[in-house]
Amino acid sequence: MAEDAILSAKGITKEFKGFVAVDNVDLTVRRGTIHALIGPNGAGKTTCFNLLTKFLQPTRGEITYKGQDITRMAPADIARLGLVRSFQISAVFPNLTALENIRVALQRERGDSFDFWRSQTVLNSLNERAEELLGQVGLSGFADVHAAELPYGRKRALEIATTLALDPEMLLLDEPMAGMGQEDVERTSALIKGVSANRTILMVEHNLSVVSSLSDTITVLARGRVLAEGDYQAVSKDPRVIEAYIGAAHG
Amino acid sequence: MASETTTAGLAYGKRSLVRGMPGHHIAIFIGFLVVAAVAPFLLYPVFVMKVLCFALFACALNLLLGFGGLLSFGHAAYFGSASYITAHAAKVWGLTPELAILSGTAVAAFLGVVFGSLAIRRQGIYFAMVTLAFGQMIYFFALQAEFTGGEDGIQAVPRGHLLGLLDLRADFTLYWVVLAIVFFGLLIIYRVIHSPFGQVLKAIRENEPRAVSLGYRTSQYKLAVFVLSATMAGLAGSTKALVFQLASLTDVHWTMSGEVVLMTLLGGMGTIFGPIVGATVIVAMQNYLASFGAWVTIIQGVIFVIAVLLFREGIIGVLARRLRKPL
Ligand SMILES: Nc1ncnc2c1ncn2[C@@H]1O[C@H](COP(=O)(O)OP(=O)(O)OP(=O)(O)O)[C@@H](O)[C@H]1O
Ligand SMILES: [Mg+2]
Repeated sequence: MAEDAILSAKGITKEFKGFVAVDNVDLTVRRGTIHALIGPNGAGKTTCFNLLTKFLQPTRGEITYKGQDITRMAPADIARLGLVRSFQISAVFPNLTALENIRVALQRERGDSFDFWRSQTVLNSLNERAEELLGQVGLSGFADVHAAELPYGRKRALEIATTLALDPEMLLLDEPMAGMGQEDVERTSALIKGVSANRTILMVEHNLSVVSSLSDTITVLARGRVLAEGDYQAVSKDPRVIEAYIGAAHG
Repeated sequence: MASETTTAGLAYGKRSLVRGMPGHHIAIFIGFLVVAAVAPFLLYPVFVMKVLCFALFACALNLLLGFGGLLSFGHAAYFGSASYITAHAAKVWGLTPELAILSGTAVAAFLGVVFGSLAIRRQGIYFAMVTLAFGQMIYFFALQAEFTGGEDGIQAVPRGHLLGLLDLRADFTLYWVVLAIVFFGLLIIYRVIHSPFGQVLKAIRENEPRAVSLGYRTSQYKLAVFVLSATMAGLAGSTKALVFQLASLTDVHWTMSGEVVLMTLLGGMGTIFGPIVGATVIVAMQNYLASFGAWVTIIQGVIFVIAVLLFREGIIGVLARRLRKPL
């Protein structure tokens, strides 16, 4: 099993001034799978994402991506390795148009992002690809709309398209469907399923029907610790998981 | 399509500075040139040159503040150092004006690299405080150093002959040179804002963590824009030294840093042309209210408070929103 692990974390821990948000978590994501990370509010899911993508430095533990130790790497360099995350709070560039949002992602690869003497019209060669990506998430016709003016669900869609623009080998999606209407949820589900064909996805999601239909493996986190792991069948019957969710609902 | 950006500029070929410039921006630049060409016949040339130098200074700060999202409260360091170096180079070394200006600008760029690389490690208010601290360092250096002439500054700086040929002693001759320098500086800043680099810069300003997650090493971009901004502030300071034939402690004082922030906010930070308007208003106020003495500062403060209350986005910021066009 170990050889087809694309991302693995061993004993990662994050302490905030004495409060342990992530406590000795082991996580292995297998190449080509959709892996869901679930758990009640405050379980430490987002903190886990921050550790895995190095937006936060773990207090302890180590992280390996494609056989490479990335525990001490800078977050931008992790993204360059093809491990790209999205954010729980919709992360778009509000005063750029939808098209420009995508182009920001596309232009890094071109290697001219430091060219301050060149006109931005050179970026127009990216428009076709950007339009294509917008179409993929149902945003054709919104190319010239400022991201700030898009309704919430469409902002999330734009964020996914921006992430996909990097053609990452592995995606970390933090609640990609939060705040979306039923129709958008279905389209995004289908999109994630579609793009997962030759990628690995680790996602945090509260919508359990989405989780059950999409994911190969589920890890349940509660109070910073791994509570259970397995497929949906196994995890949903686990008494500790039921207990944690009910406990959280009552707490 | 991306409507504004794809509008063809004047057909001056691929490398032209106006490539990709939307029509209304070309119109504004032409309007600026027309006004600047007429102004010295109606007003004192030295006064108009002062406005031009501060317009460039404010646009340089705006590049950092409005597009890089970084508030420098010590930009007098670059403006003033360049002013001193240019004055010294022209007076003591006897360099021609263009070389004197280049020396001053180069020193500002160098200081931008040194101070910028330290300042960008901090965020928000801490960034502003670090830049202020560097600004104060330069002030005390200028106060103590021998060549800066202490309280007197460097006076009677010779304007010299441009390229050794054109005598710049007459205000009217100097005026066209200053206009050319400032206009060139404004075009460079415009291009930086509308370049692939500028696009990443805006992304970082809007949402830095997201830019990082897309693989951008954001501190490199911040440093680059800091240096560009310091360089352009230096160009403004150098030019100013030749206009007034003077470099003094006023140029490096913290109130100078404050004034240029004021100009930018008043005109509209993050707009393209706002700082030019802001600089014009403030310089004109200082000039025409000079008879009120110390009251100028108070009147300036009151106008600023009113401006902030009435239009937060600055004069041009409000106008741009009304017209739904980037100005
Ligand atoms: N920077 C921080 N400083 C201090 N405490 C933090 C910080 N970030 C997160 N925490 C705490 O760590 C715990 C885990 O937070 P986290 O955001 O990872 O939870 P989550 O599982 O993503 O929850 P949700 O489902 O609400 O998004 C919470 O109690 C939170 O208050
Ligand atoms: Mg979360």
